[in-house]
Amino acid sequence: MDKKQKNLNTLTNLMKGNIRQYGMFIALFVIMVIFNILTDGIFVSARNLTNLYLQTGYIAVLATGMVLVIIAGHIDLSVGSIAAFTGAIAAILQVKMGLPTIPTVLITLLVGALIGCWQGFWIAYRKVPAFIVTLASMLMFRGAVIAITRGQTIGPFSDSFNKMSVGYLPDIANFEGIHLLSLLVGVVGVVVYAIMEFNKREKRRGYGFEVLPIQFFIGKLILVSGLILAFILSMALYKGIPYTVIILVLLIGLYTFITTKTPLGRHIYAIGGNLEAARLSGISARKTLFKVFVSMGTLAALSGMIYSARLNSAAPSAGNLFELDAIAASFIGGASASGGVGTVFGAIIGALVMASINNGMSLLNLDISYQYLIKGLVLLLAVWFDISTRNKNK
Amino acid sequence: MADFILEMKNITKEFPGVKALDAVDFKVKRGEILCLVGENGAGKSTLMKVLSGVYPHGTYSGDIVLNGEVQEFSNIKDSEKVGIAIIYQELALIPEMSVYENIFLGNEIKKGAVIDWNETILKAQGVLKKVNLEVNPDTPVKELGVGKQQLIEIAKQLAKDVKLLILDEPTAALNDDDSANLLEILKDLRKQGITCIMISHKLNEVMEVANEVTVLRDGQTVATMDRGEQEIDENEIVRLMVGRELTNRYPARDVEIEDILMEVKNWNVYDSGGKKVIDDANFHVRRGEIVGISGLMGAGRTELAMSIFGKSFGSKIEGDLILNEKRIELNSPKQSIEAGINYLTEDRKEKGLILIQDIKSNISISSLQAITHRNVINDNEEIKNAEEYRTALQIKTPNVEQKVMNLSGGNQQKVVLSKCLLTSPDVLIVDEPTRGIDVGSKYEIYGIMNEYVSRGKSIIMISSELPEIIGMSDRVYVMFEGKLVAEIPKERMTQEEIMKYSIGQGEKTNG
Repeated sequence: MDKKQKNLNTLTNLMKGNIRQYGMFIALFVIMVIFNILTDGIFVSARNLTNLYLQTGYIAVLATGMVLVIIAGHIDLSVGSIAAFTGAIAAILQVKMGLPTIPTVLITLLVGALIGCWQGFWIAYRKVPAFIVTLASMLMFRGAVIAITRGQTIGPFSDSFNKMSVGYLPDIANFEGIHLLSLLVGVVGVVVYAIMEFNKREKRRGYGFEVLPIQFFIGKLILVSGLILAFILSMALYKGIPYTVIILVLLIGLYTFITTKTPLGRHIYAIGGNLEAARLSGISARKTLFKVFVSMGTLAALSGMIYSARLNSAAPSAGNLFELDAIAASFIGGASASGGVGTVFGAIIGALVMASINNGMSLLNLDISYQYLIKGLVLLLAVWFDISTRNKNK
Repeated sequence: MADFILEMKNITKEFPGVKALDAVDFKVKRGEILCLVGENGAGKSTLMKVLSGVYPHGTYSGDIVLNGEVQEFSNIKDSEKVGIAIIYQELALIPEMSVYENIFLGNEIKKGAVIDWNETILKAQGVLKKVNLEVNPDTPVKELGVGKQQLIEIAKQLAKDVKLLILDEPTAALNDDDSANLLEILKDLRKQGITCIMISHKLNEVMEVANEVTVLRDGQTVATMDRGEQEIDENEIVRLMVGRELTNRYPARDVEIEDILMEVKNWNVYDSGGKKVIDDANFHVRRGEIVGISGLMGAGRTELAMSIFGKSFGSKIEGDLILNEKRIELNSPKQSIEAGINYLTEDRKEKGLILIQDIKSNISISSLQAITHRNVINDNEEIKNAEEYRTALQIKTPNVEQKVMNLSGGNQQKVVLSKCLLTSPDVLIVDEPTRGIDVGSKYEIYGIMNEYVSRGKSIIMISSELPEIIGMSDRVYVMFEGKLVAEIPKERMTQEEIMKYSIGQGEKTNG
């Protein structure tokens, strides 16, 4: 009885502590079910799911950078224009100047980082509100795209460049209907995950701290492993794991590591949570903020390349309203409009929600006017949800 | 029978855990200036907030009787309607707006639905004359000095046909000339039949203008003195202000005081407006010593501390900072913490804590390097450190992963203190270390401070509570208007002595 009661308490505490995080999974699930019903099952087909992940790619990359900006207590409205600009730079490097893929990618990322330096300089060191700096950049880089492309679409890219968006992991054996290497990657992923979780638990125990009771621990492992395998299967049943997804998984790993395990990550949360307290605690707020915007610029460049590779060309109108998707993804993923709160993983789920809405509405052949209407509403509701749950906590 | 414009009878106001006002009786005669004096936290501001409707009827007990009628204000508008106006220390003017716009803000003179600007300017000139201020009503307020702004604030209230004017430390931010001018205006207003309540710490000003003086202490009226009936003696006021028994206990400390650890020489600090906030401060602190810095609010204590703490206050700072016999230059809180000087803020919620984060993150935020190896934070070490402080400081919480915003004030204060102690500074400056926390937590924090100096460290303690200063300090410096006006050794430390210097009385001593 006593033990049962204790276990129940653990479970309710787990639920309570993470209610905001479950919100986005519930949103994702509901959206998927609705679209699946409306499209007679097309939405959750392996083919469409793979397509959905590819559509998520460039939004998720932006959302990864954006959530850091939002955690730090700022906003970036320029990412769409910067993605378009850097996409165009990549196209010029490759199509007009004939550079191979790797130098093209590296130079383009560098351009993105430099744009980030420019924004970071104004925001962190000149104290111009990020809203204004990035609004100015939104306009300036849109102008720059039109200037360097002379209003023309530039393409096509080389095959190796396009693989970023339309390439899949090669297969090792030819099985009917299933991609074996992808499946293998999934299994390896699950094993690595389980070992890491187990090590973490052992280390905590080594310090004599309380750990999750073993049945919950195993339950959690099984649940997460199941989700990983289902995710892998949804791709393996079609053409396998796209390179975009691999880039994304590496990126999530890197940024989750930065935000949760390094002093830089702590500093970002601290300056967004209480700037004055962070400063008086010995954090260099300016340096931290500068780095956040350099990261955003670099990721905007990566996003721009993934998007261009998907279209096999760079267009002057590319990246339109990307900032809305990225900002909405961050808020859906649990970031707070007042700063200091948010996770990279949440933002990725948020990106998946936004991509699902895009994808589902396209499948339904909904007019673009409705798509704008619904996406705007989703952003509004996500922030309202944040504010209303926050007030209840107080 | 005297003609009282205002009688507050048996006013009691409680906040959770604290009785701010305890059966206060307070009477003001028509057409006079009454000065309300008392230590910080004596209940002066609370009483005035009750009177002006900031704390509405029903949140306090007792009666407010104005002109013989019981009043039940539910907000400030209600009290304004019957002619009560209050002017706070922080001026409520809009800097970008002109003088006349400010005077009639919220009280616009309208013709139909539009503002009648001509009438507004005309009336503004009228009230400006009443406060003897010769400015063009078109001037933006930001172009005027603080002294003139204060007068505009008064003019704004006069425009509302005020009968009872309340001023909360009106001269706190003014220089001598402006203060003298303001006091003259108050006397003028008295001639015009306006009754005034002035809260002030400066007894010389009180002596100059007051018809009556009421002294509050610990939420109770301890005396009301009428100039017409008796001589009022400044020393008597001081004694009444502080004359309570020590109710708090302070743990004993037996620590050997050694050589000088930190010294500050010829320290001058200017604020962003170019005003000199700290004027030639010289002081030192020894190993094993707790040095108190006393003074009233606005004396510049926090500014002094923050200017030393990596120049986190002040736009221009001159002087020498010497730590361990080496002259050092600290340009940011980061450098200061690394050099071994840390500062516990007086404002834990705004400047000390990240309320939305958990206890362990708040404690470790200044010391992340110590638990980081190859750029990776060791989470478990972090929890271990936090747990150690939770036990040592008795922070009442189920675990260190609780959000700080869910803790009580005393426990929050212990978290901020843990953060500072974890950086293990040679010199820890604590600014109002026990503000707003209960007696038990206070005692625990004193114990922690004693233990800390016993390790050969130094603590500089800024406090507005005289018993705390006397109970904890080996030596105390007193600040008045940006200057360190006295250094008082343990044996001469009395509340009267400290208070005398805090209000600008007494000879300057160079101890």
